[in-house]
Amino acid sequence: MEQTFDLQWIDYAIMMIYFVFVLGIGWVLKRYMKDANAFLEAGRSMPAWVAGLAFISTNLGALEVMGMTGSGAKYGMMTTHFYWIGAIPAMIFLAIFMMPFYYGSKARSVPEYLKLRFDEKTRGLNAILFAIMTILASGISMYALAILMEKVLGWDFNLSLILSAAIVLGYTYLGGLSSAIYNEVLQFFIIVIGLFPIVYLSLHEVGGWGGLKESLEPIVSNKGFAPDAFTTTWKYSGSATSNPMGVEWYSIAAGLGFVLSFGYWCTNFLIVQRAMAAESPVAARKTPLIGALPKMFIPFLIIVPGIVALVLMNNPTSGFSITDPVTGQPNYDLTIIMLLKHYLPAGVLGLGLTALLASFMSGMAGNVSAFNTVWTYDIYQSYIRPATNDKEADSKHYLKVGKLATIFGVLVSIAAAYLAGLFGNIMDFLQTIFSMINAPLFAVIALGMFWKRTTGHAAFIGLLAGFTIALLHHGLTAPMGATTLVKGGWIGIVHVYPVEMAQNFWTAIFAFVTSASLTIGLSLATKKIKSDEELVGLVYSLTPRSGMNDGKWISRPSTLAWLVGIIAIILTILFW
Amino acid sequence: MLDIRIPIGLLFAVLGVLVLAFGIATNSDPDMYVKSMQININLWSGLFMTIFGAFMLIWVKMTKKAE
Repeated sequence: MEQTFDLQWIDYAIMMIYFVFVLGIGWVLKRYMKDANAFLEAGRSMPAWVAGLAFISTNLGALEVMGMTGSGAKYGMMTTHFYWIGAIPAMIFLAIFMMPFYYGSKARSVPEYLKLRFDEKTRGLNAILFAIMTILASGISMYALAILMEKVLGWDFNLSLILSAAIVLGYTYLGGLSSAIYNEVLQFFIIVIGLFPIVYLSLHEVGGWGGLKESLEPIVSNKGFAPDAFTTTWKYSGSATSNPMGVEWYSIAAGLGFVLSFGYWCTNFLIVQRAMAAESPVAARKTPLIGALPKMFIPFLIIVPGIVALVLMNNPTSGFSITDPVTGQPNYDLTIIMLLKHYLPAGVLGLGLTALLASFMSGMAGNVSAFNTVWTYDIYQSYIRPATNDKEADSKHYLKVGKLATIFGVLVSIAAAYLAGLFGNIMDFLQTIFSMINAPLFAVIALGMFWKRTTGHAAFIGLLAGFTIALLHHGLTAPMGATTLVKGGWIGIVHVYPVEMAQNFWTAIFAFVTSASLTIGLSLATKKIKSDEELVGLVYSLTPRSGMNDGKWISRPSTLAWLVGIIAIILTILFW
Repeated sequence: MLDIRIPIGLLFAVLGVLVLAFGIATNSDPDMYVKSMQININLWSGLFMTIFGAFMLIWVKMTKKAE
C-alpha cells in the first residue's frame, strides 16, 4: 500500500482554515496579556469545562493517537488499561484529594508546591528536571510531525519543522497559557470529529462489533491466544503468556493502575497546570473529572480502529497494509495514517490529517507553556532575579521573561528535534526517564500531602534514591529480544522480562517502594522544620475542609467523581 | 475574555459548510464514495459539523440572552 497521500485543494483549504483560527485565537487573546499572572497562569479564570477538555487534550498528543492505534492492532482491547485502570482512579484521586492543596496553596506550579511543602532543594531538583524533560518532549513531538509530513505528504522535513514551530510559537507567544488552553479545547473537538468517520466506516466494513469479534477469532487463534483474547481486557491476565500484552493482572494493577498512572496524572505539571488555571477551587477539582468523561471513551475512537486494522491486514483482498517498504516489517505507528488513507476520500481526509496535526500541536504547545511557567517562576525568579517590593514592576518584568522563555523554549525544541533525528531511540529513552522520575515524585508528594511528619531532607533523598533504584533496575534487566541498551541491561542482565511493558511496570514499582519507604524512614529520623501553622493548606490533616462540598449535591465534585467511577466500572465489566 | 464557544462554533460552521458543499458537488463522482460502501462521507460529515457549529453559536446566543 502506497504510503504517500494525494491531497486535493479542499484538504489544504481545511488545514489552512484551521491554522488561521488557531493563530486568530492567540491574536484575540493578546490584548488580555497584561501581566505574568495572565500570561503564565491564564489569570486562574478558566471555566471547569474548558479546563477539563484542555486537561484531556494535552494528554491526547499525536504520539498517543498514533501509538495507541498501533497498540490496538498489537494488543487489542487490553490497550484500554491505559485509559481505564491506568487513568481513571488517578484522575479521581487528583480531583478529590490533591487539587484542594495544589490550588488552595496558591502554588503556581508543582515545583512551587514542593518548595512550600518541603524546601528549596526539592523544588530546584524537580524544576530543573521538569524543564529539561518537557522541552525535549516538545522537540520529539516536532520531529515526529516533520517526519510524518515528509513521509505522507512529501513535504520537506526542515520546512515542516520550522512551520509547525512557528505556528506553536505564534499562538503561545501571543496568548500565553490561555491561548494554549483555548486551542487545546479546539483541538479536542477537531480530533474527535476528524477521526470519528474512521470508527464508523471501519466498524461498518467488518459488520459491527459482532462481525469484528468473529473476524478476529481465526487471526488471534493463529497467534496462540484464546479466540476472544483481543476483545477482552482482564479475562486472560491470569498469566503473562495467555494474553497479547504479556503482563499479569497484578503488575497491571500495581504498576500501571497505581504507580505509573498516579505518577503521571497527579504530579506531572504539564497536566496539573490545566486544573490550576481553573476559575475557582471547585472548578479546579472538577477539571480532572470532566476530562475523565471523554478519556474513558477515547479507546473507541483510536483503539477499536486499530483492532479493525489487524483484521484488514490479515485479509489479502482488503488492500490494507502497514508494512514498512524499507524494513519489510509492520510499522504499527503507521496504523492510523493508513486507515485515513484506506477509508477517507478528499475532504474528510483533510479533516483527519488536520486532526493529527492538531494533536501534534497540542502536545508541543502544552510542553512549551508548562516550560515557560517553570522556567520563569521556579528557576529565574528563584535563582536569577528574585521578586522585589514593587509587585507591579515585577509582574511586568516576569511577563517579559515568560515571553522570552516561550521563544527560547521553541528554539530549544527545534534543536531537540534535530537531536532526535541523530538518535533514533531518543523517544524510548525519554519515556523511560519520565517514568523513572514520576514514580518517586508521586511517592514524595503523596507523603507530603497526607503525612505532616514528612520532612524536606527525607523528600529530597527519597526522590534521588527512587530515581537511582529505577536506573539500577533498568540497567540490570532487559525485555526479551532487546537489541539496544536503551531497552535496559546496560550494567548487566540479572533478569529478563517477557515484554518491555512488564519491565516498565516493575521499574516504576521498585522506584515507588524505595522512594516511599526511604522518605518515611528518614522523616522519622530527621527533625521536622516546618510548623503545623506553616503547613495549613498544604497537608490534608491540617487543612479545614469547609467549603469543599458546598452547593447542591448534583453540582459537587464528589458526585461527579462517583459518576466517573461508576461508568469506568461498567465499561470494565462490559469488556472484562 | 474571549468565549471559546465562538471560535469553535465558527470553525465548525465554516468547515462544515465547505465539506458539505464539496460533498454535494462531488456526489456523482464514484471516487468520493468509500470503497464497497455506498456512503458519501463528505455529505454526512459536512452536515454534522455544520449542525455542531450552529449549536455552539446558538448556545452562546442563549447564554448572552439569559444574562
